[in-house]
Amino acid sequence: MNNQTPEQIYAALYAEAERRRNEFENAPGARIHIGLATCGIASGALETKAAFEEVIALRNIEARIHTVGCIGHCYAEPVVIIDHPDSGFPPIFYPNVTPGKARMLAKLFLEEGDPRLEHILGATEENDLIPTVNEFSRFNMEKRVVMEKCGHIDPEDIHDYIVEQGYSTLVKVLQNQPEEVIREIEQSGLRGRGGAGFPTGKKWAFGRAGAADEKIVICNADEGDPGAYMDRTILESNPHQVLEGMIACAYAVGAHKAMVYVRAEYPLAVKIVTGAIAQAKELGLLGKNILGTGFDLDIDVFQGSGAFVCGEETALIRSVEGFRGMPRHRPPYPVEKGLYGLPTVINNVKTLASVPPILSRGASWYRTIGTPDSPGTAIFSVVGNITHAGLVEIPMGVSLRTLIFDICGGIPNKKKFKAVQIGGPSGGCLPEEFLDTPIDFDSLKGAGAMMGSGGMVVMDEDTCMVNVARYFIEFTQNESCGKCTFCRIGTRHLLAILDRITKGEGREGDLEQLERLSIDIKNGSLCGLGKTAPNPVLTSLKYFKDEYEAHIYEKRCPGMMCRPLTAFYIDLDKCARGCDACVGCCPVDAVFTTRNRKKGIDQVLCVKCGECMVACPPDYDAVVKISPPELAPIIERPEENKIKNTK
Amino acid sequence: MHQALTAEEELILNNIRSRLSEFGKQRSRIIPLLQMIQEEMTYLPPAAIAIVAEHLELSESEVYGVATFYNQFRFNPPGKHPIKVCMGTACHVRGGDIILENFERKLGIAEGETTEDREYSLERVACVGCCALAPVAIVGDMVQGNMAPSKVEGIITRIQIENEVKEREKRQKESSE
Repeated sequence: MNNQTPEQIYAALYAEAERRRNEFENAPGARIHIGLATCGIASGALETKAAFEEVIALRNIEARIHTVGCIGHCYAEPVVIIDHPDSGFPPIFYPNVTPGKARMLAKLFLEEGDPRLEHILGATEENDLIPTVNEFSRFNMEKRVVMEKCGHIDPEDIHDYIVEQGYSTLVKVLQNQPEEVIREIEQSGLRGRGGAGFPTGKKWAFGRAGAADEKIVICNADEGDPGAYMDRTILESNPHQVLEGMIACAYAVGAHKAMVYVRAEYPLAVKIVTGAIAQAKELGLLGKNILGTGFDLDIDVFQGSGAFVCGEETALIRSVEGFRGMPRHRPPYPVEKGLYGLPTVINNVKTLASVPPILSRGASWYRTIGTPDSPGTAIFSVVGNITHAGLVEIPMGVSLRTLIFDICGGIPNKKKFKAVQIGGPSGGCLPEEFLDTPIDFDSLKGAGAMMGSGGMVVMDEDTCMVNVARYFIEFTQNESCGKCTFCRIGTRHLLAILDRITKGEGREGDLEQLERLSIDIKNGSLCGLGKTAPNPVLTSLKYFKDEYEAHIYEKRCPGMMCRPLTAFYIDLDKCARGCDACVGCCPVDAVFTTRNRKKGIDQVLCVKCGECMVACPPDYDAVVKISPPELAPIIERPEENKIKNTK
Repeated sequence: MHQALTAEEELILNNIRSRLSEFGKQRSRIIPLLQMIQEEMTYLPPAAIAIVAEHLELSESEVYGVATFYNQFRFNPPGKHPIKVCMGTACHVRGGDIILENFERKLGIAEGETTEDREYSLERVACVGCCALAPVAIVGDMVQGNMAPSKVEGIITRIQIENEVKEREKRQKESSE
């Protein structure tokens, strides 16, 4: 039995991590940091990495590659940061590094010392030579608490986290009274980031009070909202911060068993979390007698099998127990009677990842960020028609306008803003007049949306709100577990009505029926899924009623998104003779050549994919989209072209 | 309709049968078990359901009930090149349904089906989590961002060319031997 104090044990871990960091940093040559989370890989970061490796080996360049997680700047993926001290330049952030660019940078910058300034976004540190990325509002208006280390450390190396003071809070926490840990979290005002915003400290206190020998802590990473991916990114980029939060939580409530419930659709996250748990165990940060404090905790990974409703805590518990993931009535809440009837504290990934910064810097520090009722930061995945898409962490209370226009660069292609959808299938669509709403739990709820998972889809003027509402209902209808009649059958009817409207078969009275049905579903459902499922319909009906009416009474889609209600045609005054751009790209051969060698579209064959519109050179801009389809002028296909296919 | 198991699949199934004891007999093992079998066999044939039911001492219908509840489980063999088209919110706004339609047209199968030669299968998935690259499709293991109808054509053609190249190399090898 060794008699080292927790401080001594941690100091030894830190010294080892520091030694490794120094060894890495002091070795000669450049360091190349490449973001290798799922979104980076999807944009081709693996090819970029291979290109760097290839040139480095081929030309014998002294350089090392450091794989890191996701920095959240998805629009710029693959992201590479090159730190080349010998060149005299500070570390430089390069966006969109294709393999070709990688080869060029390896040769010109790493070998010859020319950073190719036309390709940079900025330096990552203050310096006299080049501007820093912090001059961009996408960087300097963010406030990173949860994602502070994401994209800077290697998620598969625990030492990278320890050297950033990782796991240091445990030294203090595990020697403190559990009640004091809970008090600190309560004072910080941290609210559950899963969507509902329940005070975390209170949940832990309930968990602590539960009288049972065994208790369980679950980290909910069953991120099912189509359009949100911050939980995945955090697990892929900095899993240890989540584990540290889980250990603190387990200690506070008195649990010795914990579980990360992560979607099986996130194979990389599963792999990284599993690896992180093994590493932490090896260093004595998990398992028996953590840091010599006598506290034991085991963490398992459970792979969720893809059911949106399992984000609901009682459904999640059912699915872990091996049943169909159907929610049950609450109370009793899981903190009283959860998994296998034991008190179970379920927290979202972001909540748990917020815990270590709070414990290390104090509740009063956390209170300085955000608003009095919603302290801290919010993470949004801002996607859709937006210039700088990606993950953004902002202090609570920032307005939607600041987030969308100042931080994320507004709407691309000179289009106008139409609506923003917040909170996924449970949230609502907010129009322009709500842009000055501050982002916090209560204000968003007041506006008819909700914080939800943090998915934020920005839509420009070309988006059809009826179509978007139909999309979300289709999703919830699919994911409804079938327990409550109103949710099961009601959503199906909602979908049928919306289907009709988007096909131009809407009827008088449809809108009234949509509204009534929506309210009934809300009242007649047990869990959050059903209670919030009609939100997209209700909010779009409230703010965009004119669009519904245009569909029903004029058979016209104002956003020109509902394909049965739109048509493409070619403006013969603009079409260039002899240009074949649209012919080649049409997947169904609907574009034909007219007698004077201009082009026409066969409306019978056309599937309205819009490729010809993209292909038509901007100089001509001859393809026109129109709604209702009857407005498209008819261009006859010449006889000699008609027989072409039978040849 | 269920196809008969191939000899290879029988073998994997027998191997799985011998490994069942690693998993406990608790009810909670059902999802990990099904996940393991799908990982090995790429789908869950009726025989696999029967094995799980027997091992956990549950009825087959009970196991089916759980398996069909979750989107992850598949009951038909996927193609050699499984194609998944993302139908997340961001992909929808940027025209994910058009991409799916193009695959359907190009391959001549509907979503959820496999081509007769078992080359391709087509599925729709809810958000794969790279919304900034919308619309997204996953072909094999490769995530393809910023999809367009003409890219659909390109992807299928590329797979066909790769197949032909492999075929030719195989033939050359045979003739040289």
